[in-house]
Amino acid sequence: MRKPARLLWTALFLVAVFILVPLLIMASGRADLYYTFTSVALLSIASAGVWLTFYIGRINIGQGAFALMGGYVSAILVVTYGWSFWATIPAAGLFCAAASVLIGLPILRLRGVYFAMVTLVLTEVARLLALALPITNGAKGMVSIPSPGSLSLFGFTIIPDFATLKNPRLAFYLLAVTLMVLCFGIIYRLVHSRIGKLCQSLQQSEELASSIGVNIAYLRVVAYAVSSFFGGVAGAIFVAISQSIYPSSFTVTDSINFMLNCFLGGLGYVFGPMLGTLVLYFGWDLLFETGKFQLLIYSTAMIVLMLVLPNGLLSLGMGPKEGLKRGRTA
Amino acid sequence: MAALLDVSSLTKRFGGLVAVNDVSFSVREREILSIIGPNGAGKSTLFKLISSFLRPTSGEVRFKGESISNLAPHIAARKGVVRTFQETTIFKSMTVRDNVIIAHHLRSKASLLGFFVGTATARDDEAGFAASADDILDLVGLSPVAGEIAQNLPHGHLRALGIAIGLATNPSILLLDEPFAGMNHDETNRMIAMVRRLRDLGLTILLVEHDMPAVMKISDRIVVLNFGTKIAEGTPSEIQENEKVIEAYLGSEDEAIGL
Repeated sequence: MRKPARLLWTALFLVAVFILVPLLIMASGRADLYYTFTSVALLSIASAGVWLTFYIGRINIGQGAFALMGGYVSAILVVTYGWSFWATIPAAGLFCAAASVLIGLPILRLRGVYFAMVTLVLTEVARLLALALPITNGAKGMVSIPSPGSLSLFGFTIIPDFATLKNPRLAFYLLAVTLMVLCFGIIYRLVHSRIGKLCQSLQQSEELASSIGVNIAYLRVVAYAVSSFFGGVAGAIFVAISQSIYPSSFTVTDSINFMLNCFLGGLGYVFGPMLGTLVLYFGWDLLFETGKFQLLIYSTAMIVLMLVLPNGLLSLGMGPKEGLKRGRTA
Repeated sequence: MAALLDVSSLTKRFGGLVAVNDVSFSVREREILSIIGPNGAGKSTLFKLISSFLRPTSGEVRFKGESISNLAPHIAARKGVVRTFQETTIFKSMTVRDNVIIAHHLRSKASLLGFFVGTATARDDEAGFAASADDILDLVGLSPVAGEIAQNLPHGHLRALGIAIGLATNPSILLLDEPFAGMNHDETNRMIAMVRRLRDLGLTILLVEHDMPAVMKISDRIVVLNFGTKIAEGTPSEIQENEKVIEAYLGSEDEAIGL
């Protein structure tokens, strides 16, 4: 895209998410939609992380583990150690990134279905850890987590105490959307800088990449750490909204959904996971009225979509952009 | 001429199989040295050992006097020992030009973070890589197809692209993996001319090859392997007269060794 066009789209997008959506929700009078859109924003942050691991040629079904980890880190820091919620957002992200480096060093050597299987197990390991560790309070989980306090810098209050707000739902929505915009900005920049090309080189041939001097082990770990950072950040904010966290807050199903969001939106497009999350989340909700057929219709629709649009929903409107196609990940 | 690369007592075992057995030789600066041998002689294993894609069971490879045997492949590449692959190993869904641009990675002065924020160094790097990529594409004759997606190229062009990718890393010694395989007479002659041009530019070339006539034409010296062991080393004419070599190739046509 040319620069003016890109600026225009960015501006339109920002106006839509920061102004239009809240206005529409107010007009419709359905305040519960705030929660829905907040969830979409947060889930799409976690999905963006998964997308980045796809971009280096790895199928990641373990993002739920890092969302859960980030959630617990934030909850424990706030409840047990009295941290400000705002400080726990980067702390949760960094903790998850550090954990993913330790986990990633051995497992990122695996490819294709082997890596996918190990990451799938990771989510279950995280749940069992949360059940077993003393600090996470086991199956009872952690409840009554206070809502975010005020954030001041040099004496100025940047963000007021959420407990004093008339409309905390709007505040959470704005928080989630701001972070989503930041995260996707980061991923966009990554992919369109030389780093993106290096990631693509990994995805297409790790051997050739190392022959031209790319430190493939390092680059894989960096991408995985960024991915997990996003998972942790999303988890931390989820916990602040629901004011509670349990070992079952993020399960294997969530991990799989993060991956499906990427597939559905399009692995070749930075904004694929965002669109995928929106469509999947609302699709699932809209099918609620079909009762017991919900899952059946939903999965059939998914299969059909993947067959008809193997490169994701975004392939409808755009040509191949970031050069990644399905089936090249192994 | 000084030795650029020393292979000393290199041995590689896979379980009970000895693929490369106590092989030693040196590659001199600015020469074209070929490794030949019948199928299964251990050529490919030796090639991977020299480029650090495999670690030896014993022995070592020294480049400019420094051991590179136990280094990761990207570190060996950084030191100037760069291999090419056979044609299927390219960055398939990038354009030809992007393939060569990305291969300039080793020349970048900016860090990953620098590229992320787009510092002046990073922008200089990018501009420099693009210009240099165009020069390299010119050199190997790929300029007319620079904008094509790499996987759409015909065989001959893919081989040239493989070499262009190798050149972009600015190597001291370029290791070519069967550069003439599957080529017809004309293509082979063009490839021979290109490899000679690279040597004239100051590169040292080590290649592994099946195509005997081409090897005889192009090489300054030849190393012959059979069953993992070095059985001969010398100039093409010495090799052609070597008893052991003729014996190793017995059963194949005389023509196969260029007699």
